[in-house]
Amino acid sequence: MNKLTKLVATLGIGIALLTALNANAQGVLKVRPSGDVKTLDPHITSDSMVRNYAYMVYDTLFAMDDKLQPQPQMVDQWDRSADGKVYTFTLRDGLKFHDGQSVTAADAVASIKRWAQKDGLGQQLISHTQALEALNAKTFKLTLNKPWGLVLDALAKPGAPVPFIMPAKVAESSTDKAIDSVVGSGPFMFKRDEWSPGSRLVFVRNPNYVPRTEPPSGFAGGKKVYFDRVEWLIINDHQTALDALRKGELDVHEEIAADLVESAKKSSGVKVVNQDNIGVAQQIRMNSLQPPLNNAKVRQAILRAVNGSEFMQAVTDDTSQYKVCASFYVCSSPYFTTAGFPKPDLEAAKKLVKESGYDGTPVVLLDAAENANIHAFVSYADQVLRSIGLKTDVQAMDWATVTSRRTNKEPMSKGGWSIFISGPGGLDFMEPNSHLGLRSNCDKAWFGWPCDEQIEKLRAEFTETSDAAKRKEIAASLQRRALEVVPYVPIAVQYQVRAYRANLVGQVNPPAPVYWAMRRQ
Amino acid sequence: MLLNAILKRLLATVPVLLGVALFVFSLLYIIPGDPAALIAGDTATPEEIARIRSSLGLDRSFWVRFAEWLLQILHGELGTSIFSGMSVSHLIGQRLGPTLSLMSLTLVVAIVVAVPMGVLAAWKQGTMLDRLTMMGAVFGFSVPVFVVGYLLAYVFAVELSWLPVQGYRPLSDGIWEWLRHLILPSVALGGIYIALIARITRTAMLEVLSQDYVRTAKAKGLGQMNILFRHALKNAAVPVVTVIGIGVALLIGGAVATESVFSIPGLGRLTVDAILRRDYPIIQGVILFFSMVYLLVNLVVDMLYVILDPRIRY
Repeated sequence: MNKLTKLVATLGIGIALLTALNANAQGVLKVRPSGDVKTLDPHITSDSMVRNYAYMVYDTLFAMDDKLQPQPQMVDQWDRSADGKVYTFTLRDGLKFHDGQSVTAADAVASIKRWAQKDGLGQQLISHTQALEALNAKTFKLTLNKPWGLVLDALAKPGAPVPFIMPAKVAESSTDKAIDSVVGSGPFMFKRDEWSPGSRLVFVRNPNYVPRTEPPSGFAGGKKVYFDRVEWLIINDHQTALDALRKGELDVHEEIAADLVESAKKSSGVKVVNQDNIGVAQQIRMNSLQPPLNNAKVRQAILRAVNGSEFMQAVTDDTSQYKVCASFYVCSSPYFTTAGFPKPDLEAAKKLVKESGYDGTPVVLLDAAENANIHAFVSYADQVLRSIGLKTDVQAMDWATVTSRRTNKEPMSKGGWSIFISGPGGLDFMEPNSHLGLRSNCDKAWFGWPCDEQIEKLRAEFTETSDAAKRKEIAASLQRRALEVVPYVPIAVQYQVRAYRANLVGQVNPPAPVYWAMRRQ
Repeated sequence: MLLNAILKRLLATVPVLLGVALFVFSLLYIIPGDPAALIAGDTATPEEIARIRSSLGLDRSFWVRFAEWLLQILHGELGTSIFSGMSVSHLIGQRLGPTLSLMSLTLVVAIVVAVPMGVLAAWKQGTMLDRLTMMGAVFGFSVPVFVVGYLLAYVFAVELSWLPVQGYRPLSDGIWEWLRHLILPSVALGGIYIALIARITRTAMLEVLSQDYVRTAKAKGLGQMNILFRHALKNAAVPVVTVIGIGVALLIGGAVATESVFSIPGLGRLTVDAILRRDYPIIQGVILFFSMVYLLVNLVVDMLYVILDPRIRY
């Protein structure tokens, strides 16, 4: 090779190296998250913001890909015995916590046990478990008392609380009190010294993180980080946040207000997308314990009266922001079915109210007036209920009061309630077993406390079988039964819309915002 | 004698603060809402919420919790945030800088603009200048702070890109960065304050300008500006200083809206967020802190009277 060729080759290698270095040195990503964290302990709460924060700093044994199939994440290899009762998991090499300690099987075991104390699916896992033990530093074994088809689904559960892995000494603490230490093994590290609650959270790249080699997919695959630093700036005012995005003071604006989406779409240098294709399940939740909604016919009447499209138009006229599923399962669920779901019919609803023997007891609606979506829904629901012959009592309050008031099982005269409207994450409305809304185990059910043995029997049957066709049948049967009991009334799936600077590429869109894989062009 | 007066006033603040503490604590005890429910998340069961409430000590009796809080205050502690686990004093300390920056800049802008406005309006009573000043004052009172804030942000930040849309930079980031992030919020917040000070200054000046000694000063050949700003204004200063002191309350209230519009991490936002979440220790601590500030501002104003008007003695 002559001197000139050598020089060119050296320069070329140098430029390539510098480019590679610069490609990784993407600076700061500024994000306006959809809310603020309420605790730093992701095992004790079902709050979605805490889950989002935890996906930054923790990792999971398995994770759902973009087809909502569980894939190994921290696990390198796993196998299941022929009788389906023994699972053996081996962790990947090189996994380290942020304090430099290696992640061991004992950490995994302790974390699963802690998570399972609070989570419904985790409690089911433990109830099916005979033993969960670390065999050596990298391998642990789960022995079931009988085969159970949801082990990997449990370990890959994407909705809060997520089975994040913590150091054993932290995971051994009680779930009655939030952990104080934030030591994960995730792609980012939390800068607690720069945390200003209500104002800013700061994360920096974890230099010891070893991403998987597969491309990123949903929450799974290689979590390669390009930004050195990610700042979550809590900007309460939606207009201010959108203006900041337009001017480049922000890179990402999670969850744009419905009435600002059109304006965001017209902004130059800004892209607008739906966060994911699952959305949140907007619904009317009813109190089955107190009159008048302890009468199934009245609940059926409300179901017949609700037209999801009309409700959503109270919030937005952009039809890309929602989808009416006409099902108790969200549209993107593998068990989605419209089996038996009736079309809205006000006359049929009025007839059902008459047949119910309704005595004029007012339906108390809790209106979280500071939330634009909920307030619009409640206002419309008030009209709809009155149009079918029900008396209503709309009580305005803030969301904090709603969350407290809805725990009250007492009659109206003692602070009870009939209806609240909410939009929990669609992940909790995908399949019968973990379905938040369909749970009808009385006192243990979600607020409203529906109580139905048949629904519970069908849910138990679902978890006992791993046959896909049989599961779909059970899901459809469950829907038909739920149409008689009506534990809640689905309105529609509403997609969370996010906007970001157009020079950002590579992002993945799982059902929660994540900041690995994203980079600036 | 002045020192005695100051000491007496400082001692008198103790029962006032105790009364405020009891009132705020009682109010928070009876308002609906449960921080445990918010921490537990949307899908928590009542049992899980009850467990969290118990772990936070929120299921204990009123007097036990009040006594515990009072003891903390006596030790110089304002409690710990239910949500972040940080001490309330630390959180107030974090947020004090932005709020003090915003308030002090607003105060300076307001005084520098409003006092001369009021003086000139009084001097040129009945003229176009006077009418324009009063119209401006009505506008300042009438238009909400957040509307002015949005308009300023739209024109100067979004359209002209002269100033940032939002955020706060501490002085350690450089004086220009600190200033450019505060210009729009200060102008927005200052509107109502300018209106108030200008009107009171004008009214006080009108009274003083009709006095015999002012006529005498003119007759002696003193310059107009000399008469206005050296002789008349000094004698009109007592009500002006009073309204500046009272206006601190306006500033704190207005700062909440301004901090939200411009995303300034100040005490106003801390308070609103704490109220929405029912973070009781923060609400209690911040209200107590604001009460102390009001009492001290009133004390300073009262002491200024002595300097401005030698006839006043305590």
